[in-house]
Amino acid sequence: MQRYSGFGLVKHALSHHENWQRQWRNPTPKKEYDVIIVGGGGHGLATAYYLAKEHGVKNIAVIEKGWLGGGNTARNTTIVRSNYLWDEAAALYEHAMKLWEGLSQDINYNVMFSQRGVLNLGHTLQDMRDIQRRVNANRLNGIDGEVLDAKGVQELVPIMDCSKNARYPVMGASWQPRAGVARHDAVAWGYARAADAHGVDLLQNTEVTGFKIRDGRVYGVHTNRGDIGAKTIGCVAAGNSGVLANMAGFKLPLESHPLQALVSEPLKPILDTVVMSNHVHGYISQSDKGDLVIGAGIDGYNGYGQRGSFPTVEHTLQAIVEMFPIFSRVRMNRQWGGIVDTCPDACPILSKTPVKGLFFNCGWGTGGFKATPGSGHVFAASLAKGEMHPLAAPFSIDRFHSGALIDEHGAAGVAH
Amino acid sequence: MFYIYCPYCGEHREEEEFHPKGQAHIVRPKEPESCSDEEWGDYLFFRDNPRGIHHELWVHAVGCRKFFNITRHTVTYEILETYKMGEQPSITAETYAPQSSESEAARVAKQAGVRA
Ligand SMILES: Cc1cc2nc3c(=O)[nH]c(=O)nc-3n(C[C@H](O)[C@H](O)[C@H](O)COP(=O)(O)OP(=O)(O)OC[C@H]3O[C@@H](n4cnc5c(N)ncnc54)[C@H](O)[C@@H]3O)c2cc1C
Ligand SMILES: [Zn+2]
Repeated sequence: MQRYSGFGLVKHALSHHENWQRQWRNPTPKKEYDVIIVGGGGHGLATAYYLAKEHGVKNIAVIEKGWLGGGNTARNTTIVRSNYLWDEAAALYEHAMKLWEGLSQDINYNVMFSQRGVLNLGHTLQDMRDIQRRVNANRLNGIDGEVLDAKGVQELVPIMDCSKNARYPVMGASWQPRAGVARHDAVAWGYARAADAHGVDLLQNTEVTGFKIRDGRVYGVHTNRGDIGAKTIGCVAAGNSGVLANMAGFKLPLESHPLQALVSEPLKPILDTVVMSNHVHGYISQSDKGDLVIGAGIDGYNGYGQRGSFPTVEHTLQAIVEMFPIFSRVRMNRQWGGIVDTCPDACPILSKTPVKGLFFNCGWGTGGFKATPGSGHVFAASLAKGEMHPLAAPFSIDRFHSGALIDEHGAAGVAH
Repeated sequence: MFYIYCPYCGEHREEEEFHPKGQAHIVRPKEPESCSDEEWGDYLFFRDNPRGIHHELWVHAVGCRKFFNITRHTVTYEILETYKMGEQPSITAETYAPQSSESEAARVAKQAGVRA
């Protein structure tokens, strides 16, 4: 792998940038791998990277039916934070946060991780009590957080309407200064390039159509490019996880819903942090390019169509304009949807399955981008050892029968 | 935007009058106390979530406020039928046949990104 650096940039400028290496190979599938990862989104690519780098697994394939990062990884609003309420979730997301803090150096790829802070607004007394409780829980878990009143919020975001006249006046917020945003495509590409450099085969345009299972154990997959063998398989397929589980003969407690986002025309810098509101249901940040990045809620019905409904966008923009009257005449440039796999307790599933050798990492729903490095890291350790990593263990499928749910609807409520 | 036929009002109305309520035809166990953890967890949390034909419960929230069922395709989003509570669907995954070879389902499936 050709390392990226400032010096390299200057050197390549001399040859008019015509000699850059391809970021990864386009290999033909082998007959057999030690580990197959199904799904080439951020989580799958990160899993492959840590498997190769930290666990010395040499023979790995990532199988992706479309292009790398083309699923939810490149469709999300890129918010990264770790201020979840319950110990299990907080530990997992904070593990990811620590990896984010060194990620660009680790994979030698600028993921543009920007710790510009995230505000979660409170608009009612109950919101404020929940915020107090969550921030206290965060601090006990060593996660940064502060409770701000309306004046504190106004100081951070002068353009927001924090007056008493708003339909749902802002009463305060939780503030996590270490939270922020990252460039989602770069996360997928950076992990892909780093995994490829460790010899991982990235197989694009390859769709898994079934599993080869004998005596309750998996030993390969059927794909549109032929059968590929492996005795350890990790499925990281977000909205399509239920479809894959079906192929393997069991059910997951997931429902697939469209979730959409939209971006405006580019503006001069005006918003230097991330604002989220559960209550009025909208969240917004400004990308480095200048566009406002706005996320909506899920459509209530199940869907796999990767587009969202109009009433949902309308509702979100009403909330945004109510909070930021100054944006009322900004024009929107693009709108799209992704398919998110929502779980009953708004927490992911990292788990063994009824089929030996077959593992699933899914159910991240509306908020898994922030977890990408942590999810890949603990899932890789689980696949390498055949036992779930301690941070992943509470997220097993069994919890939907034992009742040990990890209810994060409060912290994950608006999605991210 | 869906344009939904309410079988009770006997009229098509816009999506915003309705709320989806998840999978239809889920039967509550007759004796919850005698369910195993497995059975009770399945009843509470495990849904079909198909990529294709889905029978779902909707409520005409700002209309007649009655619950009814819809058979819908979860990739094309095409509404195939609506029917009253207590009735059974006439179209199922087994009997469903897209109208023409170039059905909406086929067209959508070919769009860039949809198969991704
Ligand atoms: C609009 C929107 C906004 C969001 N905003 C945020 C946010 O601000 N912050 C946050 O933390 N999270 C956010 N999320 C959630 C986040 O995007 C996801 O949780 C995360 O990206 C999931 O990553 P992944 O790698 O698991 O899935 P994906 O990136 O979806 O990757 C799964 C891959 O599996 C592939 N696949 C599926 N089936 C098969 C098959 N049969 N064979 C081969 N390959 C297959 C797919 O093509 C896909 O590329 C948002 C999501 C959406 C849609
Ligand atoms: Zn009606």
